[in-house]
Amino acid sequence: MSLITIKNLWKRYGDNVVLENLSLEIKEGEFCTLVGPSGCGKSTFLKMLLGEESPSKGLFLFEGKPFQSEPSVERGIVFQRYSLFSHLSVLENVMLGIELGKAPFLGKLFGRAKKEARAEAVAMLEAVGLGSVLHHYPSQLSGGMQQRLSIAQSLVKKPKLLLLDEPFGALDPGIRADMHALILDLWKKNNLTVVMVTHDLHEGFYLGTRVLVFDKVRNDPQAPNAFGAKITYDIPLLREKKEEKNDR
Amino acid sequence: MKRLINRKPNRGNALLLGLLPFVILVIVYVFASHSRLADNAEDKLLPSIAQMAQTMDKSALSPSKRSGEIIFWNDTLASLQRLGLGIGISAALGLMLGVPLGLIPLVRAGFSPFIAAFSMVPPIAILPILFIVFGMGEVAKVALIVIGVTPIIVRDLQHRVEEFPKEQLIKAQTLGASSWTLAIRIIVPQMLPRLLDSVRLTLGTAWIFLISSEAIAATEGLGYRIFLVRRYLAMDMILPYVLWITVLAFLADFILKKVTCKVFPWYAKKDAL
Repeated sequence: MSLITIKNLWKRYGDNVVLENLSLEIKEGEFCTLVGPSGCGKSTFLKMLLGEESPSKGLFLFEGKPFQSEPSVERGIVFQRYSLFSHLSVLENVMLGIELGKAPFLGKLFGRAKKEARAEAVAMLEAVGLGSVLHHYPSQLSGGMQQRLSIAQSLVKKPKLLLLDEPFGALDPGIRADMHALILDLWKKNNLTVVMVTHDLHEGFYLGTRVLVFDKVRNDPQAPNAFGAKITYDIPLLREKKEEKNDR
Repeated sequence: MKRLINRKPNRGNALLLGLLPFVILVIVYVFASHSRLADNAEDKLLPSIAQMAQTMDKSALSPSKRSGEIIFWNDTLASLQRLGLGIGISAALGLMLGVPLGLIPLVRAGFSPFIAAFSMVPPIAILPILFIVFGMGEVAKVALIVIGVTPIIVRDLQHRVEEFPKEQLIKAQTLGASSWTLAIRIIVPQMLPRLLDSVRLTLGTAWIFLISSEAIAATEGLGYRIFLVRRYLAMDMILPYVLWITVLAFLADFILKKVTCKVFPWYAKKDAL
């Protein structure tokens, strides 16, 4: 069964049509990258997957049920910036997710439960290469390390769907290549389903198993908002191609 | 020659430049006082530093003949107690009201207009009401500070919560936070240093309310003393008291700043995130 089923989905703000008549299925284990010019609705689409926005009409199903219209634990998110908790150390940032799940009233664990959460968080941090900076504050980390932390934060909740909103857009090219290797590695090891927005076409093709190109097909110069964007190309990429690229 | 805007003082020069206005003020005062006293030895307006020291020693720092208490420290203690209590209650209220107002749209819709209107009431204008309701005791004075300062802190904190990064709020929800755990694990811990900032900024206001209420009805306190000896034109006591109040206000600000740095080491650097 598909993880996400979308049929005839529309999104409009007043008279401004952002997305029109979108139909799409995303299966478990896919790595979808969304590319397209700015203002073509790919971020809006991601926000709908996240639960921050709701569709105006159409079928929008997650595991066969309508999407929850607020952010939930099934869907992890990594933003470009500003999503780390600045008052918590690296370790506490990752432990927080475990603690919030197990302690619904205090949001904090004590004693043995805390130790277990700690061990789990440390393992997660080591997997993303942050084992040596457990007690730093996020502001002491470099941009790449902050994004590693943000990924670890989300993955510790084992989300069914991981959403990435231009996560590497603010990083240096060298660091970005490291992050690409990391995210592909995590994707394979954890059997993740990923939907990623990027403005970097190259990145989209390099990382994805499927590239979705958003663009407006019709355009009325007298009413630029009258028509929304559609998925103009849905390009499946062969896994072998990626492996080959990885080896290179 | 570099442009003026590009010339920066080094540490030593900066210190000297910073001290300069103080030194000039003291020198001007000493000269002015000296020339007035030379004309009229009985002049009360600008007493000499020696006179001030003498008066303070005699009437404020020696045990009082009636009660054996030292007036100066009594006044200081009484004022600081009122100030501390007033500010403490205001800060607690500020946190309890500001966070829900900023975080929960339903609460904001319900109470924000009321708080905005309430904060427009000039606190000094309701001081008589406070004296009528709470009597002349301590409660009215503390209440005046609370009523004057709380709305400022509440609104400041509300705005800070409202401008909290949306990314963090959404991230926390995807990590399984409820509204409650989001508030106690994310918002409140990050608001505490901002609350201290807010307290620092409102300290000046709190002093105004304290001294006003002490001036009107009190039996001890720094403000009370100043307004009491004003009847005798006792500038030799008023000036040292004003200086002392200034020093206390400066110290309170300084200590709060240091505490913020010490207790919330992540706060100073958060802008880098």
